[in-house]
Amino acid sequence: MANNILEMHSITKTFPGVKALSDVNFKVEEGEIHCLIGENGAGKSTLMKVLSGVYPYGEYEGDIVYQGKVQQFNKISDSVEVGIAIIYQELALFPDLSVYENIYIGNEVKKGSVINWNQTIVKAKAMLNKVNLKVNPEVLIKDLGVGKQQLVEIAKALSKDVKLLILDEPTAALNEDDSENLLELIKQLKKQGISCIMISHKLKEVVAIADKATVLRDGQTICTLDANKGEINERTIIKHMVGREINDIYPKRPEKKIGDTVLELVNWSAYDSQLGRDVVKEASLTLRKGEIIGLAGLMGSGRTELALSIFGNPKNYKLRGDLALNGQPRKFKHTSEAIKAGIAYVTEDRKGNGLFLLQNITNNVSAAKLSGISNNGIINDNEEIKVAEYYKESLHIKASSIEQHVGKLSGGNQQKVSLGKWLFVGPNILILDEPTRGIDVGAKFEIYSVMNKLIEQGLSIIMISSELGEVLGMSDRVYVMAEGRIKGELAAAEADQEKIMELATQ
Amino acid sequence: MKIINEAIDLVKENIRDYGMYIALFIIMFTFNLMTNGMFMSSRNISNLLDSAGYIAVLAVGMTLVIVIRHIDLSVGYVAGFLGAIAAMLLMQQGLPVYIVIPIILVLGLVVGLFNGFLIAQLGIPAFVASLAGMLIFRGALLQVTEGTGTIIVQNASFNALGNGFIPSLAQISERHLLTLIVGLIGIIFYFYGEFKTRHDKKKYNFEVVSNSIFVLKLVFVSAIIGYITWILAGYNGFSWTVVIVLLVTMVYHFISNRTVLGRQIYAVGSNPEAAHLSGINVKKITYLVMASMSMLATLSGILYTARLQSATTTAGMLFELDAIAAAYVGGVSSAGGVGKVTGAIIGAIVMASLTNGMNLLGVGISYQYMIRGGVLAGAVIFDVITRKKGK
Repeated sequence: MANNILEMHSITKTFPGVKALSDVNFKVEEGEIHCLIGENGAGKSTLMKVLSGVYPYGEYEGDIVYQGKVQQFNKISDSVEVGIAIIYQELALFPDLSVYENIYIGNEVKKGSVINWNQTIVKAKAMLNKVNLKVNPEVLIKDLGVGKQQLVEIAKALSKDVKLLILDEPTAALNEDDSENLLELIKQLKKQGISCIMISHKLKEVVAIADKATVLRDGQTICTLDANKGEINERTIIKHMVGREINDIYPKRPEKKIGDTVLELVNWSAYDSQLGRDVVKEASLTLRKGEIIGLAGLMGSGRTELALSIFGNPKNYKLRGDLALNGQPRKFKHTSEAIKAGIAYVTEDRKGNGLFLLQNITNNVSAAKLSGISNNGIINDNEEIKVAEYYKESLHIKASSIEQHVGKLSGGNQQKVSLGKWLFVGPNILILDEPTRGIDVGAKFEIYSVMNKLIEQGLSIIMISSELGEVLGMSDRVYVMAEGRIKGELAAAEADQEKIMELATQ
Repeated sequence: MKIINEAIDLVKENIRDYGMYIALFIIMFTFNLMTNGMFMSSRNISNLLDSAGYIAVLAVGMTLVIVIRHIDLSVGYVAGFLGAIAAMLLMQQGLPVYIVIPIILVLGLVVGLFNGFLIAQLGIPAFVASLAGMLIFRGALLQVTEGTGTIIVQNASFNALGNGFIPSLAQISERHLLTLIVGLIGIIFYFYGEFKTRHDKKKYNFEVVSNSIFVLKLVFVSAIIGYITWILAGYNGFSWTVVIVLLVTMVYHFISNRTVLGRQIYAVGSNPEAAHLSGINVKKITYLVMASMSMLATLSGILYTARLQSATTTAGMLFELDAIAAAYVGGVSSAGGVGKVTGAIIGAIVMASLTNGMNLLGVGISYQYMIRGGVLAGAVIFDVITRKKGK
């Protein structure tokens, strides 16, 4: 039996209030390709951060045994030194530096403290050969495609004499040719004795490449599957990924009164000129009055991008296809037009682009509809306070007063402020992007109840969520997205976790 | 005791707002003591406020620019250049004052819209865009004053804007009557505003401060207004500069606190992305704020030219830095979204008081710069520390 290059024993990592990893065991044999699989938030990335020293020794419990020795990584460079390299989905390259500068950054070829650039270029060429990348090393990174950039990252790892290569969703942003090249390269590296851990959502790839696959769920190791024993197939993996019991309780909706179509998208595509690709591809969907549709999918599947492209297109995507509101074709030039048309969008990233953290609850609640608290452009402070008090009461926002700065509230209360802000707009269509991420069970239930109340009042809701339980518990219909496309539509009755995951991992 | 406790709590809670008032009070008190009362004399205070005027209007605009996370370095030479244009129109073209002033204010607006175009439309960093503007207008100022050198302005009504005082009507025991009347009207308006706010709040059943604190605040603020009016009335009364600065302050204070536009400006500064997603037109706000800045720069140029009664080749030099310093001393935050128009005025008065006071004491110019630099650094440190606490 081959040696284990890595053994992680009983790793437990807690964040304030959350146990991200609990008692995780994970072993990688020398020279194998080991896939790490799990839903969003299952703990894959956290585990890899523990391994690479992002969370230093002492911040987690358990042991990391690497090449037979217990390791105590205090910083990332400690793990790099022993030959562990991690390549994130968001590439860590410098776009305005050349390929060779990127490969040897932090690991410069030098004599004394002077860099030998010629030697650097020669060495970089050798590394590029190893990854079968035929580009001039003096080319700037930003002039390369994402696929080639990924190879540069791997070349960089090889230059540091890597023994264990960790790839976090390496093919997520690649087209099929590039993906195949990359997988081929990983197999080659394996022949050279480099072990590889690959996080992936694409199960076909996993089946094609993995020697072993470990499934994580809710911060726990569920099982390790072995290709030699014929255990690695899509069905088995999905079964293990989604086997979670649904503990959250969802409030019952009294009676469903679903009306006419309020929103319809036909062959809707959005091209992101910064990324140079379509982030939404030929999506078609309908939303009816009094309906909640769930938009499921894994991270990066294009759900948020789809929402933004509907909501006045703040990222300036180039849009194609048709959008109709109540049967009327519409085009929005600015978010303000979408808001006027009755669309509201509660963002996924409350702190980043949802709220004004340094302002108080009052000013946040009124921000999207200042016309509602003003006359001829002059604000009526007291009217505004009344509005804020109303939402504080009705949404049970826990704060010392409406004067409290939103930045000082808990996640759940911030989410309620965000929701209040958009309810004050008086929308017909409410898009909720991960409405319960990072908030406690009590607040979750309250938000679900509010959603049901809104539906009764005739609103329509699009709920983007990575939590399958929530998607199944709240939606009338479920659309599943992957790689910018809507891969399928499921009625509530026929939807289950396996079916959604199957579509999401296509 | 209860009143004192409530008052202390009030100050503690609003330390950010009251901090610079306290600082100003301490500075004035100290200088007055060290100069044996010369600092707070009618003549000196009148002179101090006039000398702060052209920086104060810049600081008001600069505060809003910094609130939306930009900067405008071009304001000094825009003031200098357009001040010179005003002088030329008056003296060389012989146009009357009431035509010249609107013309150059509109010119200022156009300059600001162009800055807005560079920053909002083309996405050029405000620092660079306005640095370019600074160089261009410096050159333009030299160009127009090249032939003539300093342009002397011999127009009494124009010069009055920088040097003149409101008419007295009559002197009562050697005090300026109209000034006293204006001060009294000010106090009456202040009373009216406070009572109305309190009344409205009660109507909505909102919490209000206790009666005794309310009275204390009324007495305190009206005493300050009354005192300053009394001092000024002892010399030549309110100068036109002070009147203009007060008007600008009131208009900008109203816009920033009470209007939708003001709310949008602070929202953009606080979180531009969230503002965009809230349906606020971030570009439009940027245009407006930059345009208002250059218009105020023009006003500053008018005040300065009138004060010197001439347009010089170096007019406007370093105004931008004085204005930025005043805005920061006044509590604006470089992280955006925080800062008050009234703070900017206080900031400008603090900086002017330091210069004036140190001049009276005969402090060398080298020490003056160092002390003003120290005060600026102290104000920003205070801002950073109190921001961490906050509500």
